[in-house]
Amino acid sequence: MRFAISANRLLDGIVVFFGSSHHWVDQLSAASLYASKNEAEAALAVARLDQTRNVVVEPYVFEVRAEGAPIAHHIREAIRAAGPTVRKDHGKQADLLADKR
Amino acid sequence: MYRYDEFDAGFVSDRVAAFRDQVARRLSGEMTEDQFKPHRLMNGLYLQLHAYMLRVAVPYGTLSARQMRKLAIIARRYDKGYGHFTTRQNIQYNWPALADTPAILEELASVEMHAIQTSGNCIRNVTADHFAGAAADELDDPRPYAEILRQWSSLHPEFSFLPRKFKIAVNGATRDRAAIQTHDIGYQIVRNSAGEIGFAVYVGGGQGRTPMIAKKIRDFLKIEDLLAYTQAIVRIYNLEGRRDNKYKARIKILVHEKGLDWMRQAVEAEFEAASRDYIALPDSEIARIKAYFAPPELQARASSQKFAARRESDPRFAGFVSTNVAAHKIDGYGIVTISLKPIGGIPGDATAEQMEAVADLAELYSQAEIRVSHEQNLVLPHVALDDLPVIYDELLASGLATANAGLVSDIIACPGMDYCSLATARSIPVAQRISERFGDGPRARDIGALKIKISGCINACGHHHVGHIGILGLERKGVETYQITLGGTGDETCSMGTLTGPGFSSEEVVDAIERIVDAYMALRNEPGEDFLTAFRRLGMQPFKEALYDTSKGADI
Ligand code: HEM
Ligand code: SF4
Repeated sequence: MRFAISANRLLDGIVVFFGSSHHWVDQLSAASLYASKNEAEAALAVARLDQTRNVVVEPYVFEVRAEGAPIAHHIREAIRAAGPTVRKDHGKQADLLADKR
Repeated sequence: MYRYDEFDAGFVSDRVAAFRDQVARRLSGEMTEDQFKPHRLMNGLYLQLHAYMLRVAVPYGTLSARQMRKLAIIARRYDKGYGHFTTRQNIQYNWPALADTPAILEELASVEMHAIQTSGNCIRNVTADHFAGAAADELDDPRPYAEILRQWSSLHPEFSFLPRKFKIAVNGATRDRAAIQTHDIGYQIVRNSAGEIGFAVYVGGGQGRTPMIAKKIRDFLKIEDLLAYTQAIVRIYNLEGRRDNKYKARIKILVHEKGLDWMRQAVEAEFEAASRDYIALPDSEIARIKAYFAPPELQARASSQKFAARRESDPRFAGFVSTNVAAHKIDGYGIVTISLKPIGGIPGDATAEQMEAVADLAELYSQAEIRVSHEQNLVLPHVALDDLPVIYDELLASGLATANAGLVSDIIACPGMDYCSLATARSIPVAQRISERFGDGPRARDIGALKIKISGCINACGHHHVGHIGILGLERKGVETYQITLGGTGDETCSMGTLTGPGFSSEEVVDAIERIVDAYMALRNEPGEDFLTAFRRLGMQPFKEALYDTSKGADI
């Protein structure tokens, strides 16, 4: 099990993930992964600075499986990372589709 | 129809201006999220799973065509082209940007709409029968009373910080279509032995994690005492309601813990003691508000040739009429339910184009009036039967002619884990699969009246406790699990559903529902004993047997 950090962007509420060099990214595939909960919590302390700086809201740590591309362990985070399962035309899954085209 | 009076218009535009300022300060970093959150919630703006969510009140479910057009414009301009109609007679937008919300509120204010009282521990938007002012079985239109309560409670200083949110519903017909017994206060319009109109008063109902049926606290309340009595109830609640535990803070817990007799004594004493003069409702004030809801001047019409001929020749039209058209007060008219439950679709969702199509129909054929029902459907309340064939054709063209109102596929479902940050499981996909299994054809018609209601967590926004069949989505060991309850109803015979037993996985749950329905079909008394009646006669046992004896893997 690995760990990653997610939050909602203040401006539009869209789900974002904490990536390398203190950047927030749109896709879970680009998120920084942490090998342990402790490591993730340490990164969360840094990520929280962006809450104080009003970039994101409510950052938190969650579990991912990363045999290949990272997949959120829990269905809630999987849905956050993709979009509503009942509207494949919205959320990040739609952006990915558009990119592929 | 009601329009703001000057007080309201000024008040709402001040609120929008204040919110614009708050959003600017939040975006600039002057305000922290903790400081900002109460303000955004007060304006109906939540942060959900994927984005912000804006909840807009449709007071007592009444909308004009003009307002519906505005909702469509907002969906298109600021959202992703659709909105979600909810069980609280609200519409929710799922994707607005924070920076856009003041502009949205301004657009709403231009058609006398707002998001005030859609959240927070205040008296929430008052709900009413969606057939109000039109239904054949109505004693008196509940909306003027709902409106009087709304005006009085809007930002009432004494009642802006209650122990918890407070929901009032008013019903004026013999059938309770407003589910008043599941509200904090329910007002049922009745006629007493002297022939006067007044209210029977129910208190302490609610759903959520502790479902309770409201108890009748008074048989008859004079109309002039509506506000005085409401004030007495809310005061007692404000004083005595628990603030130590959010889950025990609703008035239902107070009534439950202290008992109905205690509650009645306390309320009556407060009602007698308080000076009633200044909030007694004079006839002139009632008349003034009633004028806003004056029924359209409809002349009774002779039986319609066009309507009869189409009904004769087109079985699908006839099917639509039998489920989606209800009796109107005036001969020759009907009330049309526009189902937002297409087979396999998302309950309650409507596209901007569909909203506009409904607005057009309302303008042409229904006195420019639309209703939003707590069953997540839309209603054209005043339709001449003569016009029904053309309306039906238009609805067909817009994908809105699903003939399933009140049937097994007319399912209520909350957003669940597809959108909601509090969810423990998804609800919409379960609704979609059940809807596909039963459809709206002969099988659904044979099954008859059956209300399935699905919530994605214990908060019960999908009303599962009062579903004839209720489904509650939970999480067990990281997996979605669905509990089933049977025998609930939110109508005048209100009852809470009983748990069948262990829950079912997402793969199993639709088959489980089918086994329940099949058992009912096998056991019902011909002809046409509906599901709820049959359940009440038969009890849980035969359904338990159908569910668990034959099922494989129902051992969660
Ligand atoms: C998606 C955002 C939503 C959130 C965060 C939310 C939150 C809640 C919470 C926390 C409760 C429990 C209150 C209590 O028991 O004290 C509740 C109850 C309720 N909600 Fe929602 N809800 C949401 C959406 C909806 C929707 C979409 C509907 C309509 C379909 C709805 C209708 C209701 C109703 C009818 C109750 C009734 C229970 C009661 O007040 O007794 N909610 N909601
Ligand atoms: S019942 Fe739960 S999952 Fe459904 S909308 Fe309400 S809070 Fe969200």
